[in-house]
Amino acid sequence: MVDTLRADSLLYLDGVTVSFDGFKALNSLSLVVKRGELQAIIGPNGAGKTTMMDIITGKTRPDTGEVYFEGSVDLTKKDETEIANMGIGRKFQKPTVFESHTVWDNIELSLKKPRGVFASWFYDRDDEDTARIGEILETVRLTHRASEYAANLSHGQKQWLEIGMLLAQDPKLMLVDEPVAGMTDAETIETSKLLNEISKSRSVVVVEHDMSFVRDLDCRVTCLAEGAVLAQGSLEHVSADPLVIERYLGR
Amino acid sequence: MITQAILRALDKKAIWVISILIAMAILVPLSNLLLPTGHPLRVPNYMVSLLGKYLSYAMLALALDLIWGYCGILSLGHGAFFALGGYAMGVYLMRQIGTRGVYSHPELPDFMVFLGWPELPWYWLGMDQFWFAAIMVMFVPGLLAFVFGWFAFRSRVTGVYLSIITQAMTYALMLAFFRNDMGFGGNNGLTDFRDILGAPIAAQTTRAALFSATAIALAASFLVCSMIVKSKLGKVMVAVRDAESRTRFIGYRVENVKLFAFTVSAIMAGIAGALYVPQVGIINPGEFAPANSIEVVIWAAVGGRGTLIGPIIGAIVVNVGKSYFTAALPDFWLFALGGLFVFVTLFMPKGIVGVFTSAWSALRARRASARAQKGAGPMPGPSTDAPARPSQRQDNETETPPGAKPSPAE
Repeated sequence: MVDTLRADSLLYLDGVTVSFDGFKALNSLSLVVKRGELQAIIGPNGAGKTTMMDIITGKTRPDTGEVYFEGSVDLTKKDETEIANMGIGRKFQKPTVFESHTVWDNIELSLKKPRGVFASWFYDRDDEDTARIGEILETVRLTHRASEYAANLSHGQKQWLEIGMLLAQDPKLMLVDEPVAGMTDAETIETSKLLNEISKSRSVVVVEHDMSFVRDLDCRVTCLAEGAVLAQGSLEHVSADPLVIERYLGR
Repeated sequence: MITQAILRALDKKAIWVISILIAMAILVPLSNLLLPTGHPLRVPNYMVSLLGKYLSYAMLALALDLIWGYCGILSLGHGAFFALGGYAMGVYLMRQIGTRGVYSHPELPDFMVFLGWPELPWYWLGMDQFWFAAIMVMFVPGLLAFVFGWFAFRSRVTGVYLSIITQAMTYALMLAFFRNDMGFGGNNGLTDFRDILGAPIAAQTTRAALFSATAIALAASFLVCSMIVKSKLGKVMVAVRDAESRTRFIGYRVENVKLFAFTVSAIMAGIAGALYVPQVGIINPGEFAPANSIEVVIWAAVGGRGTLIGPIIGAIVVNVGKSYFTAALPDFWLFALGGLFVFVTLFMPKGIVGVFTSAWSALRARRASARAQKGAGPMPGPSTDAPARPSQRQDNETETPPGAKPSPAE
C-alpha cells in the first residue's frame, strides 16, 4: 500500500530525520506531494520548513529516511545540480537573483537548455527562446524592466523575478519559500493568482507565514512543528486543530 | 558556431584593443629596426624588450582577471603557472645552447655537468623540439590547474581558503624548484640562452620578433577572453561569482565552470611566462615567490577588476611606475605599491577603467538632461522604448541601463 503511494507521488518523504548538533531539525517527517498539486506548508519558526527544502534539493543530507522523486529516484543520492536538472526548482526565502545581470539575462540563464560548459559557450538565443523569455517576463510583469540590472529591482520585483527564473527552468516541482515577504497586499493577491495558474501544469509547494495568502491559495495545507507534521488538510480543518492553535496560531 | 562567438566577442571596444595591439606588433619593430639611431620616432633597443615584458605581464593579469573578475576565484598563485610556462620555455632554450656551454657538453646543460649527472632526466627529453616545448608551455600549467581545480572546486573550497591554498601551491613549487635535484638549475635557474628557433636570442631582430609575438599573443588572449565573457558561459561565470549556490540550484555544474575558467586562465598565464623568459633572459625559482602572485592581483585591481581592458592597463601602469621608482627611489617602491593598493581599494574600487567609465556615463547623463531641459523631446529617458525591444538592447553592450551597475561581491 505504501509502495503504491510512493509510485503515484511526485515527491515522497518518509521518516526523514536530520539533526544539527543534537537538535532535531526534522523529526521523522513524512510528506507526500502529488502530481499537479499545489500544497502550502505553514508552521512556526524552527519547524523545519526550510530544512525540508534543503533536503529535497540536495543541500542537506538526511540522517535517516527516504526521499523519492517521481516514485523511483532517490534524491538523497543526488547533488543540487542533478536534482535541479531532474526538474525541481527552488525559490529561496531571501530572494536570490543575479544582481549584476539584467532581468532578461537572469531569465535567459535559467531557461531550460543544455547546461554544459561548451554548450553554454556557443549558445545562441533563437527566436523561440526570445519568445519564451518575453512570455515569462510578461507573466511575472517585468517586461518594462527587462534591460534593468536585477540589483535595481524592488524587493517584491526580485521575488517575482525569482519565480520567473523558476518558470524558465520548467520544473516538474516548484518549491517556493516565502514568496510574498515584502510584498504589498495587491502584489500578494497577484502572486497567489500566479501560483494557482502555475500549479495547473506542475506541482507547487509553498512555504508561507501569511495566513491570508495561504487562504487565497485555496489548497491543501500542511502544518509542521518541531520537525514533524502536526496536521494536514484544508485550511479550515488545519486551523481548527487544537494542536495547531496551541503550537502555532495561538502564539 | 565558433565564428558567431568570435563576432559576438568583437564589439567596438574589443576591436580597438586588438587593433592597437596589432598595430604595436607591426610598428614597434619597424621603428626599432628601420629608423636610424637617434631618430625621434625610433623605439630604443632596451624599450623593445621592456615593452615586451610589460605585455607579457599584461597577459598574466588578463588571465588572472578572467577568473577573479568574472568568476570570483581569487588566485594568489597565478605566478606559478606563469613560471611553469617560463620554465618550459627555459628548458627548450637550454637545449639550444648545444656545445657552447662552459663545459662544451653536447647534450647536458652546464649545471647538470657540474652536478655530475650522467644523462638528461626524462622530463628534459623532447624539449629540444620547439613544437614539443610549445605544447608543454600550455600543457604543464594547464594540467596543474586542472588537477588542482578538480580537487579544490569539487570539494567546494572557495573564497579566502582557496586563495590560501593557491598561495601555498606557488610557495611549495618555489621550494621544489630551489632544489638542485629538481633538475631545473636550482637556485640559479636557467639562463645564458643563445638561440630561439635557430635565431640568436640577443640579436635585435629576434628581440623585435619576440615583442611582436607577445603583442599578438596578448591580442589573441584578449579575443579568447572576450569570446568567453560575452557568451552565455561568461554570464554563468558572473552568476557563479555573485550567487554560487543559486547557480547550482538552477542546474549548472559550478565546479565545471570554474575548472574550465581556471584551466584556460592557467594556460594563458603559461604562454605569457614562455614569452617573458626569452625577453628577460632568465628564469629562476624567484618567479614562484608568493609576493609575485600578489602583485598580479594588484595590477588587475588597479586597472579595473571585472573588465578585460583593466588588467592590461593596470599591469602596464604599475610596471611603468615600478621601472621608474625602482631606479629613482629604490627604497620607496614597496611603500608606493602598498599605498597604491590601499588607495585603489578605498577610492577607486573599480580601478582606472572604472573611473573613466563612470566619468563617461556622468557626462552622457548630463548631456541627456541638458537636451531634455531644452525641451527637445517631451518624453526623455529610456522608458519610451524599453518595453518594445528588450531583446535588441541585450546585444548592445554599450547601451548601459540607467541604474547604477552593481559592483561584484567580494
